[in-house]
Amino acid sequence: MSTTVTREEIEQRVFKALEEFGAEPDQINPDAEFEAMDVDSLDLVELAQIVEDEYGVQLKGEDMEGIKTVRQAVDLVMSKLG
Amino acid sequence: MTRTVAITGVGAVTPLGVGARTLHERWTAGRSGIEDGYGRAGEFEPKEHLSVKEVRRADRFTQLALAATKEALEDAGWADGPPGDPDRAACVIGTGIGGIGTLESQHIVMREQGEDRISPLSIPLLMANAASGVVAMKHDLRGQSFGTVSACAAGAHAIGMAERLIRYGDADVVVTGGSEAAITPLATAAFTRMDALSDSGVSRPFDRRRDGFVMGEGAGILVLEDEEAAKARGARILGYVRGYASTSDAHHLTAPEPTGRGAAKAIELALKDAGIAPEDVVYVNAHGTSTPLNDRSETNAIKTAFGEERAAELPVSSTKSAIGHLLGAAGAVEAIATLLALRDRIAPPTLNYEEPDEGLDLDYVPNEARPLAGANGRAIGISNAFGFGGHNAVLCLEAQ
Repeated sequence: MSTTVTREEIEQRVFKALEEFGAEPDQINPDAEFEAMDVDSLDLVELAQIVEDEYGVQLKGEDMEGIKTVRQAVDLVMSKLG
Repeated sequence: MTRTVAITGVGAVTPLGVGARTLHERWTAGRSGIEDGYGRAGEFEPKEHLSVKEVRRADRFTQLALAATKEALEDAGWADGPPGDPDRAACVIGTGIGGIGTLESQHIVMREQGEDRISPLSIPLLMANAASGVVAMKHDLRGQSFGTVSACAAGAHAIGMAERLIRYGDADVVVTGGSEAAITPLATAAFTRMDALSDSGVSRPFDRRRDGFVMGEGAGILVLEDEEAAKARGARILGYVRGYASTSDAHHLTAPEPTGRGAAKAIELALKDAGIAPEDVVYVNAHGTSTPLNDRSETNAIKTAFGEERAAELPVSSTKSAIGHLLGAAGAVEAIATLLALRDRIAPPTLNYEEPDEGLDLDYVPNEARPLAGANGRAIGISNAFGFGGHNAVLCLEAQ
């Protein structure tokens, strides 16, 4: 259940998704910017889909606005998990 | 001033393997890339040629085009991006159907998991212009970029348009060709339902027993350049696109006009466009699908365009006997096969041809390649491509 999900688990899942999107593994870290990893808005829609499938958290377009780094994305998921 | 259009690079991924010369060498040696009734590009492993991101962001038909482009640009000696002004570099790549594999898989996702589960990449992957757009983006081609859509004539139409762009002065270089990856459940079932595919699973163009075409997949890409610009940068010139013409049967949705009227006209106009007399053509690369209707009407067209006497002397062979029908990629892959055959002064064979059919009495170069007679001087050939919808496109090529 979502209550047992840790921040580390979410971060690792995001890392895995970024690698699948084609980001270079050595570029991926919590403070890396999506743009620098060549991850664009289409990838982020997929990322939102993955998060929803795995954690039951719905991320809408407006939620994702201003999200530039992995840390910010994980923060957002954590806050939605409440 | 009329500009001359040089071919400086070629690349292909086909059922005979990865590489334009692989296609030429294996076909000439009489090898077939057809297995179990399909011409799959089985030796193509996307990750060997493309990055993770490129693979993920491209339907198979675009992946095939990217790999063929990579080979063609290396062959042309391009380093990083086009030589000269990128604004003067164009990209025209045809396809018959586009990303139908993506369309089918995403439709399944939608039905089984819901509308909000389909990939946001669905449209950019499945759109028929994706190959052209992605290739232009990757190689910084900033001039005109678009796809051509004319079923099985699309690859030839693309090359024809590319030739015109250079001749007209709209571009100095064009990356052009065709790509197709339609061996999918829906496409194969649909072609089967219209009785177009071979029941026997054998591609035997012009043979009495021919019973339909064999589905194939792949891509062919050529680099065309204004001859003077190519020479100025010291490029090796493989040959030339001398002429191009296109007509429409205006006859039937799928069946060719039986007398070959429209196809003959396209051949005649392509030769006229090239300023080449029929007697100077030494090789015909036929559309030769292995369907009962095409091979008869095409034979008629060749006789009409060249005259019975000249037509009887001309070697006419079908690449589809070795790789099947690559639909929208066929015209481009076969233009490359034509060019390399002309360069080697060799007529590759029509495989599986054993039993003549009444009225189909041209020299189809059965089963074994042979040297091209009369090519001691110029090596000029034509490549035919015809598509459902009555589209006819013919290229006149000359090898260096």
